[in-house]
Amino acid sequence: MSAHTAVLKQSTDEWKLPDKGKVGMICLIVAEAAIFIIFVLAYIFYLGKSLSGPTPAEVLQLPILGTVCLLSSSITIHFAVTSLERNAARLSTFWLALTVLLGGIFLADTAREWHELIYEHGLTIRTNLFGTTFYSLVGLHASHVVVGLCLLTLALLFGVAGKLNSSHAHRLGVLSYYWHFVDAVWVVVFLVVYVLGR
Amino acid sequence: MDGMGNMKDMPAGHVMNHESWWHHAIHWVTDAFTSPTSIFSPQATPAHTVFGLSMLVLAITLAIFLTVSGLLLYAIIRFRHRASDRGEPTQVYGSKQIEVLWTVIPILILVVLFLSTIRVISVTEMAKKPANALDVVVIGHQYWWEYRYPASGVVTANELHIPTSDPKAPTPTYMTMSSADVDHSFWVPNLAGKMDLIPNKVNVMWMDPRNSGLYLGQCAQYCGMEHAKMLIRVYVDTPTDFAKWIEHQKTAAAEDPQTAEGRVAFEHTACVNCHTVRGTAAQGKFGPDLTHLASRDTLASGVIKNNPQNLRQWLDDPDSIKRGSLMPKMNLSSKELDAITAYLASLR
Amino acid sequence: MIPSPTAADLPLDAPPPYPKKLWLDAVNEWFTTVDHKRIGMLYIGYALFFLVIAGLEAAIMRIQLAVPNNHFVSPAVFNRMFTMHGTTMVFFVGMPILFGFGNYLVPLMIGARDMAFPRLNAFSFWISAFGGLLLYFSFVGGDGLYGAGTAPDVGWFAYAPLTAKLFSPGHSTDYWILGVFLSGIGSVGTALNIVTTIVCMRCKGMTMGKMPLLPWLYLVTSAMVFIAVGPLTAAQMMLGIDRFLGAHFFDVQAGGSAVLWMHFFWIFGHPEVYILVLPAFAFANEIIPVFSRKPIFGYSAMVGATVLIGFISLGVWAHHMFTVGLGPAGNSFFTLATMIISVPTGIKIFNWLATLWGGRIRFATPMIFSLAFLFQFLIAGLTGIMLSAAPFDWQLGNSYFVVAHFHFVLVGAILYMIFAAFYYWYPKMFGRMLSETLGKWHFWLFTIGFHLTFDFMHIPGILGMPRRIYTYEADRGWGMWNMIESIGMIFQAAAILIFVWNLIRSYRQGKEAGPDPWDAWTLEWSTASPPPHYNFAEEPVVHSRRPMWDLKHPEAPDSNYE
Repeated sequence: MSAHTAVLKQSTDEWKLPDKGKVGMICLIVAEAAIFIIFVLAYIFYLGKSLSGPTPAEVLQLPILGTVCLLSSSITIHFAVTSLERNAARLSTFWLALTVLLGGIFLADTAREWHELIYEHGLTIRTNLFGTTFYSLVGLHASHVVVGLCLLTLALLFGVAGKLNSSHAHRLGVLSYYWHFVDAVWVVVFLVVYVLGR
Repeated sequence: MDGMGNMKDMPAGHVMNHESWWHHAIHWVTDAFTSPTSIFSPQATPAHTVFGLSMLVLAITLAIFLTVSGLLLYAIIRFRHRASDRGEPTQVYGSKQIEVLWTVIPILILVVLFLSTIRVISVTEMAKKPANALDVVVIGHQYWWEYRYPASGVVTANELHIPTSDPKAPTPTYMTMSSADVDHSFWVPNLAGKMDLIPNKVNVMWMDPRNSGLYLGQCAQYCGMEHAKMLIRVYVDTPTDFAKWIEHQKTAAAEDPQTAEGRVAFEHTACVNCHTVRGTAAQGKFGPDLTHLASRDTLASGVIKNNPQNLRQWLDDPDSIKRGSLMPKMNLSSKELDAITAYLASLR
Repeated sequence: MIPSPTAADLPLDAPPPYPKKLWLDAVNEWFTTVDHKRIGMLYIGYALFFLVIAGLEAAIMRIQLAVPNNHFVSPAVFNRMFTMHGTTMVFFVGMPILFGFGNYLVPLMIGARDMAFPRLNAFSFWISAFGGLLLYFSFVGGDGLYGAGTAPDVGWFAYAPLTAKLFSPGHSTDYWILGVFLSGIGSVGTALNIVTTIVCMRCKGMTMGKMPLLPWLYLVTSAMVFIAVGPLTAAQMMLGIDRFLGAHFFDVQAGGSAVLWMHFFWIFGHPEVYILVLPAFAFANEIIPVFSRKPIFGYSAMVGATVLIGFISLGVWAHHMFTVGLGPAGNSFFTLATMIISVPTGIKIFNWLATLWGGRIRFATPMIFSLAFLFQFLIAGLTGIMLSAAPFDWQLGNSYFVVAHFHFVLVGAILYMIFAAFYYWYPKMFGRMLSETLGKWHFWLFTIGFHLTFDFMHIPGILGMPRRIYTYEADRGWGMWNMIESIGMIFQAAAILIFVWNLIRSYRQGKEAGPDPWDAWTLEWSTASPPPHYNFAEEPVVHSRRPMWDLKHPEAPDSNYE
């Protein structure tokens, strides 16, 4: 066989394969989910096993505001993507801004909660098993929110500068997959830590 | 099989060599076939049951090996390319029937293996504890073994004494095990499979040796610098001898007026912070109990023979014998060393 | 000065003349490349370097253990040697070399021009490489080289609470955490690339059922990476939080659990060994058919068995923990799961046997390594079945029997197929054949050494020798066996030297290979050796699993029979 010879020239019917960006992001989500599951398992395993210190029931309150905001931000980013697909860039920018705002409120609520836990209840990561597993799990999630917010803010800045159009809808869609994942993790964390664990 | 091994009079690394070199070489070969720690020389029920299972497993895997490797060898020879071959051989893509065949047969073999294994698991792990069982608490430390006998209050270290068990009226030893620091594992192959000693967790295992003698083993879970030197010596005594041993160990420490100077020196040094000598001011719990130190054959968990020279060297510089041992160098003067050695050597 | 030739001076199909490269340009090219073939070679070269280093670490251990109560190295150094040997071999030899071959071959075999995310590909390599350098920096960081510095000494599985700050002061454990953590990020990145490339970039006509087995196995391997590496990363984060922020994940004094680390580690650790072995199977699936002159027997069964192995391997981890006190239910469950995984694994061996059957076997170097692989993997699998019976494991576990078993898998199976892959694909990568004579010397010396060391190693395990001991008593009867094992090491070292020499020498002096030296059937053999930067001049179109067979045998193409 000589070099550069193509194999079998007859063309076949339309050859459509899944989208790279979405497949890649799903892979990343699976890998990240594996990490989160282990932290959740550790949290559940150590429930009730702390030798001392504050218990979840004593110090935890349902983070309603933060949760509502974060879960709503999944809806707003969905609208950001669909409106960008229709080339409604200014509308999309508006929805993006709302998403960033809602995510920011979630983070602020978390910060307020942690401040109260540390300074009023004396619960830190080294206080007991509850402190260790709580701050690690919620902190790991919060760090993923921070990364998502950075990326969303970047997209927002492009939108504000008028540079977005429908050709970017695909990438925004991939980013929205990440953001939905972050929200889904929060649902699990919320149920395990604030509902089941208390 | 008795597990008496060669004992060394000097610290690790120096072998007493009275033999000529070719005697040594012959021993080197014969030793390789007469190990005191073989899993195939069971001397107690747990080791026996595992031995039975292992023979079954070995037989099945040997049969599989001979069959498959035989076929492989045949294929390689019969179907090798020959100079007279022209073109490609018949292209065969697969066969559903054959796939089913060599899926079903292995599954059947596995069912047999699995059921045999379950039986052994239940015989060992779910055995009913007889009323006459001896209880021993084993606590693993870096790098020594603590043994406590709750029924009699005896506490000792590194050399475990247990009675033989008569199958007609069993008196097995049940060991409740945990660790004071990191993970360890108790393994005396002639008597039973190994069981880990894990901090914050309690494990239970049992042994019922038929014959008296000395059985050897060692720690089987990496636990730090001197993991290799955390040796196990199990002295299986006849019931009478065992009763005598327990009675003796229950007594408080010997008080020999000739070694009073050493005793005073011992009580005034930091030794008492780590070691217990029952009946004296020494009540430390961190290191081995020394009440009847002189009744033991070895020091430092089986590493060196227990005699005054070795004892003195150990006190002088533990690192020279077992580097990484948690016993610090006490910087004793030569006079203090002599006195304390004499005192400890009197603690029969 | 002689003017450089212009395009007009050269024959029509010659590559265009380039100005002579400065060596700096060449280095810059390699540092900034995003070409999957170059990245693949970077991974492979990196892994070969660490193979030699980890081999030296093994040599030091074998010298220390050759006689009882030896003083060749101190306990501290020995403990660092076995830790570094294991950690290096798994994370900085095994993973990179298998991802290296995957990087090189997957796009070529599916008719694509590169990986889905070339820059992520480069990033994944460099971050893993950095992880390795960080791990080895531990030898000289801190206390310097004396006593092997602050290299980790906690074993490659770093059990808690030995790794707590209390029992491992200093930074040795931290180097272990960071070095391996970074390599994990690289692994996930490469796996992501492999999956996306296979799912989204196959050439026209290549449905999943027409894809060669190598990409199939890499697909399953990469999916396992996503699920398995996460637990290790999480556990390492937890250990890092314990050591640096005073947390209590594995702090037994605060109620933490040592067994929890074991669970998390082995939830990673067991799938990890399948992640290492599946690519070796992938090579066998390509090489054995070509040198038997028959297609792989039972393609669908092979795919099915691989997927099944992938799934079941996620559920067997606690067979590494039979002595921990899981209780009869736990021990029984994991015995059953482990025994079950032997069924799809056996199916693979039988399918390879059936591929050989009725063939016309040629004994070129790639094939003799593959044949040895078949025998050795069979033995490894059978000793694995012995260990799967929990009570038998209560005696054999944590002994040299286990060390022998897993070296049969890692060396006897995986390394042998890596050698086969080198001999098979080196011509494609460099356009030259490796020397068959040197290859046969390499094979026979290595095989003699391998069997001297690892066959006999089963015996001390049966005679009660635990692992990770820097020396042993003279009265246990282990001396003769250890001496034999240490002698075997010398043969293996010599063979590796011959192998490296073969690689270097053949680069300039090897016989020219041409695009298809082995008369093979998959797409990588349809382009030049080495392939041009863009792989294929036109996107290939395929109709069966062996497109080149169809071209060479138009009277009986595979598409008629599949």
